Amino acid sequence: MNINITILWSSIAFFIFTWSCWYFIWPPLVNAIRTRQQTIADGIENAETAARDLAQAEQQADEITKNARQEAQTILDQARSQASSMVEAAKSEAREEGERLKAAGVAEIEQEANRIREALRSDVAALAVQGAEKILESDIDGDKHRDMLDKLAAEL
Amino acid sequence: MATGEVTSAEYIEHHLSNLTYGRMPDGTWQFAHNPAEAAEMGFWAIHVDSFAWSLGLGLVFLLTFGIVARRATSGVPGMFQCAIEMIVEMIEEIARDIFTYKNDYIAPMAVTVFVWVFLMNLMDLVPVDWIPHLATLLGIHYMRIVPTTDVNVTMGMALFVFAMILFFSVWKKGVGGFLAELSFHPFPKFLAPLNFVLEAVTLLTKPLSLGLRLFGNLYAGELIFVLICLLFSGGIVLTLSGVVLQWAWAAFHVLIITLQAFIFSILTVVYMSQAYDTGEDH
Repeated sequence: MNINITILWSSIAFFIFTWSCWYFIWPPLVNAIRTRQQTIADGIENAETAARDLAQAEQQADEITKNARQEAQTILDQARSQASSMVEAAKSEAREEGERLKAAGVAEIEQEANRIREALRSDVAALAVQGAEKILESDIDGDKHRDMLDKLAAEL
Repeated sequence: MATGEVTSAEYIEHHLSNLTYGRMPDGTWQFAHNPAEAAEMGFWAIHVDSFAWSLGLGLVFLLTFGIVARRATSGVPGMFQCAIEMIVEMIEEIARDIFTYKNDYIAPMAVTVFVWVFLMNLMDLVPVDWIPHLATLLGIHYMRIVPTTDVNVTMGMALFVFAMILFFSVWKKGVGGFLAELSFHPFPKFLAPLNFVLEAVTLLTKPLSLGLRLFGNLYAGELIFVLICLLFSGGIVLTLSGVVLQWAWAAFHVLIITLQAFIFSILTVVYMSQAYDTGEDH
């Protein structure tokens, strides 16, 4: 167990090895580790951001769906009430039209009846005159008996 | 393994002797043939085996990590890159917690020390006779393959740490500030000489405890492996108990070598942090 010059050589070897490690090995190795750590950290951060975005998007989608449903409901309600009012309007219009047609028909019938009545009246007056001529065997003066004939026609 | 003509004491001594190259008193440069010759070579001799193994294992570290670093991708890493990155990140994180100042050299140093010392300690798990026996066949008489069981290696590393402590202390605090730090604590200023002695001892204890802790643990561990191996030369019962003991001690030793490497590396960072610490309290 002798202390000798080996001690000095060991010191020198120690220095050379530590220096070599510091100069040659450390920078690329630690650089690789740091870069990877950064990549992983970025990846985790991106994933978190994506998850947050997704949640936000889902919320937005929910909101949009809800709004759309509400709007559809509103439109549906409007359409329904519009339809019913249209039906009502059509119904009343039809009713009015019907009544109008009925009234027109009635008026026409009455007119026709009046016209026929007038015709009948004049025919009756002529027949009455003819009958009376036959009965009296004499000419009735049309002008003398006009009043009487008119009275007779009016009574029919 | 101990053979018939070698006594137990010789076997142990053989396993604890380094392959020493140095200058004999008569002026010739040669490998020592026995511990006595190695002792005669004095300070300028070198433990070729410890130094070569520590260099080789350091190069293994540098090449392995260097290849991974060169091919390192910031995308999906392969298995090997993952393993290397785990070691790097573990040590770097601890170093960053302890050493909060700005110096990019500390973390790579801590990783280097951890892996290098771990690899050197790991050689302790290679059965103690394999490589020395192989070396003997190749004509090399002494071969210790665990560099951290050589006090020269551990103290050499500790001394460099000590040099860094002094360097960073002076750099951050100035010579005056460093001396003031040593002199004005823990007692009031008029006891400066006493303070200085106390603090100087504290300072010197740092590299000493750092180097000797590692050396002591690994030396004791190796010695026990050698002693267990002595059992293999006994009867069948001793051999079987030796097998069990070898396995048990190796399993326990896995913890020790990792722990010692970790302690050495973290204590280095702690000492650097103390050297940087300019606060009044320390």
